[in-house]
Amino acid sequence: MGASEHASKQYDLDLDSIRSRVLQMGGLVESQIRRAVEALGSGDRAAMAEVIANDHRVNAMEVELDGDCSQVIVKRQPAANDLRMILAIIKTVTDLERMGDEAQKIARMARSIHERGTPPPPTAVDVRHAAEVVLAMLRRTLDAFARLDCTTAAEVIRDDVGIDSEFQAILRQLITYMMEDPRTISTALEIVWIAKAIERIGDHAKNMAEYVIYIVKGTDVRHTGALTIEP
Amino acid sequence: MSAPDTLMSTELMEDQETTLAPKAEVKQLDFYYGDFRALHRIDMPVYERHVTALIGPSGCGKSTFLRCFNRMHDLYPGNRYGGQIVLHPDNTDLLAREVDPIEVRMRIGMVFQKPNPFPKSIFDNVAYGLRVRGERSRRRIEDKVEQALRDAALWDEVKTRINEPAYNLSGGQQQRLCIARALATDPELLLFDEPTSALDPIATASIEELIHDLKQRVTILIVTHNMQQAARVSDFTAYMYIGELIEFGVTDELFIKPKKKQTEDYITGRFG
Repeated sequence: MGASEHASKQYDLDLDSIRSRVLQMGGLVESQIRRAVEALGSGDRAAMAEVIANDHRVNAMEVELDGDCSQVIVKRQPAANDLRMILAIIKTVTDLERMGDEAQKIARMARSIHERGTPPPPTAVDVRHAAEVVLAMLRRTLDAFARLDCTTAAEVIRDDVGIDSEFQAILRQLITYMMEDPRTISTALEIVWIAKAIERIGDHAKNMAEYVIYIVKGTDVRHTGALTIEP
Repeated sequence: MSAPDTLMSTELMEDQETTLAPKAEVKQLDFYYGDFRALHRIDMPVYERHVTALIGPSGCGKSTFLRCFNRMHDLYPGNRYGGQIVLHPDNTDLLAREVDPIEVRMRIGMVFQKPNPFPKSIFDNVAYGLRVRGERSRRRIEDKVEQALRDAALWDEVKTRINEPAYNLSGGQQQRLCIARALATDPELLLFDEPTSALDPIATASIEELIHDLKQRVTILIVTHNMQQAARVSDFTAYMYIGELIEFGVTDELFIKPKKKQTEDYITGRFG
């Protein structure tokens, strides 16, 4: 946050530590999502189990970061950019934790699809593509957070529109598929849940990008429509 | 240094437009202690029946600025004002030579950092200004003293011992007594110079509560080192640095999103 430091060195250390742990948590969530989606393609049961088990680590980071943010509020009464940073982090970790839940959900669905043994519908490829897009959104929003870069954040917000329409397209394809062959309904429905989880991850990445803009500019761009945001 | 940012968001301006009128307007105010220039060309409104907080590091000139309003600098030779402080509604320039500082102080009350009751009874402290003003009617003085003590939220605590020495009161009570003393002469503007820095948190809270109530009737200008206090009690905040007004704005905005980096560095506790 700018070049200047606080008169209190400890305050700087506390804030730096919180910010770097948000990025760590983001990294963990990103790998959870990637591994869940990869396991959907490969059928790697061990990977699925690991993603499901690892979610508690994401949850623990959320709790710890919330606690540390409370400490900063009570000890430092942050104002202006520090206050915006702390508020944004409290919200960011909530979104990250929910993304973690979505990753776990994808792993569960992948396990159930592969246990059933019926070949997944071809739409699964589109789902993996959508997952690549949201993973890139997450990476860029974490980047934007690390560098306090509004331009990248604004791009992420705009990209979310693409993900929403991709989800609609996947849904239409799956409906067609289910109508043609009702035996695929169970698996197709699970693919719907996975696609929905991916779409939700995109929404969370978009939220996080909005918080970055709030930190930097002090303007709350939530619910204002992506088109009104200037990079 | 560039001109202070005195613009407010249009939304807030519209919000407050109906009630927002300047009680005083500071125009190109300079102040010199002998050869030392302590204030540089300050332009700022003080809005009627609102609280304006002055913040800034020690030595930035905020107390000097505050004391210009009731001509306290006149007490020392060699001090010199430049510019104007125009008091509405009569457009009196408080700094004009022909304006009597005693008259100014009748219209503008002041409360200091350390409670400074006179070595008199509680009653006589509050009655003092009225008597100076020439009020002779015992009845009117009594009514006015009671009203001022009520307005300062002190009446219930002192009504049974109104003739005791003011020094018997606690620090917080003494400060409220000083506020009552200032209120007794019906001032249009009240100046507070760090009114709670010598008080404990409970007494501080009661003074802040009082400031909140008083602004319904009187315009308030407060100097404080406590940023949270400025954020809590004021409607507008002015940030000063080395004799200059750096930023003036709506308090709710200034503490979340100040316009100037200097302001941000100060309120977030960073080195400038």
